[in-house]
Amino acid sequence: MFETIAFYLFAFLTVAMFSITVFTRQALYALTALAAGMIFISAFYFLLGADFLGAVQIIVYTGAVMALYAFGMMFFDTTRYVNEHGRSPLIVFLLSGMAALLVVVIFAAPIASENIVANYPVQEGVGNSQAVGMVLFTKYLVPFEVAAVMLLVAMIAGIVLAGKKMDRSLTLMEEEEIELAKQSQEKAV
Amino acid sequence: MDMAFIIETVVKIVVILLVFSALAGFGTYFERKVLAFMQRRLGPMHVGPYGLLQIAADGIKLFTKEDIIPQNVVKPIFQIAPVITAATAFMAAAAIPFMPSFTIGDYTVHPIVADINIGILYILGVMGAGLYGPLLGGLASANKWSLISTARAAAIFISYEVITGLSILAPLMMVGSLSLIDFNTYQAGGIGNWIVWSQPVAFILFVIAGFAETGRTPFHLVANDHEIIDGFGTEYSGMRWGLFFIGEYANMFFISFVTAILFLGGYGDGSLLGALGLLLKVSFLFFFFLWTRAAWPDVRPDQLMWLCWKVLMPIAVINIVITGIVMMV
Repeated sequence: MFETIAFYLFAFLTVAMFSITVFTRQALYALTALAAGMIFISAFYFLLGADFLGAVQIIVYTGAVMALYAFGMMFFDTTRYVNEHGRSPLIVFLLSGMAALLVVVIFAAPIASENIVANYPVQEGVGNSQAVGMVLFTKYLVPFEVAAVMLLVAMIAGIVLAGKKMDRSLTLMEEEEIELAKQSQEKAV
Repeated sequence: MDMAFIIETVVKIVVILLVFSALAGFGTYFERKVLAFMQRRLGPMHVGPYGLLQIAADGIKLFTKEDIIPQNVVKPIFQIAPVITAATAFMAAAAIPFMPSFTIGDYTVHPIVADINIGILYILGVMGAGLYGPLLGGLASANKWSLISTARAAAIFISYEVITGLSILAPLMMVGSLSLIDFNTYQAGGIGNWIVWSQPVAFILFVIAGFAETGRTPFHLVANDHEIIDGFGTEYSGMRWGLFFIGEYANMFFISFVTAILFLGGYGDGSLLGALGLLLKVSFLFFFFLWTRAAWPDVRPDQLMWLCWKVLMPIAVINIVITGIVMMV
């Protein structure tokens, strides 16, 4: 009974949070609701007994949304409303059509779900993290390694893009040095 | 699910909430006294014997002060931010075993609210989510000091999560479990078995990252009084500001518990002596927080980032690699 109550509570909360994310005009509301929704989703993992994935969901998405906040801080005055322009009727038509289709599929899903069998059922005596590790390092080893290489590429690209002037620190430079650097830059332009 | 389990859980939750809210109050008193003695002052002396009732006076002041909501703030976010700090701190406590299990009559009590087998991951995740409090409070405040503090909170959050995660990875490999109770049983043999002896580097890194995550002094940049007023707390007043404080101090206690259980043997074999030992270790770690505040100045934000990415992270990765090689050979 508790599982059912918890499921409906968190289902309602998650849908409400993501609705706020989509419908609000305020960047701060949108980001906060997104973070809250992501954390509420972890409740479903805990309810299903997948504790490891639940905790990973919290850790990954709090960090990821935090990076979005950093961008929001740089691009908006987060205490003001953002007015969006250019609402094409075609996009509205397509998106609402897809959403309607999705709702139909979701409600039709229980018809097909009776024949579904878990490929890797939960084993007694094997912990959550062990089970994830075993599947990850046997069946899904190649996707795992490819993801690792992609992250490495992204990291190197980030360092190359951001690291052009890493040897200079504006905090440590004297006032005149900064002025000189500015002038030489203007000359170069 | 039987009734006894539900009642037991509710009682545990209430006890933890009450004890640690009160301890947060006492924490402020200890902090002022310890700082005062280290700086050759007396600290609070006027209210009650040795200023002990200062906590009550502060509490009355915080509860009765007007809750001001400034004009240009984003009201709902501004109001919920302190609650996030306090709530996540106490949510993290759900997976911490505070004491060895004991029996009342013939009923065994496990002093841990939820014994999930990924305890340490859950604690670090939820504690990390606590930084949303300063972040949202600062962003919603419509105040430039708060905004600077928010930018720093985001930077610290994204950077020092990495150090915490990498530093506990090496001990995790040795124990082979994410459960704090397994960590405790691994070290139950006595002082010689403590993980701090086999993983001293991981211990130091974890403590440094703990200082950053709780925002204590060498890394007290999110609310650096002499530079950006009170950072995210500048616009807050009354109990909302008090909630930020309760969250911060509760976090200090909980991270002390986690450090003691992960590296310093926890409650040992589960005897009364072991339980007292755990309390002693936690008290020392809490004192260490205050000691550092009295002894060290704050670092600059760029030094903080330098320390994280150019010093601590490489050390943590090397530590993991060496641990792996030693375990394989």
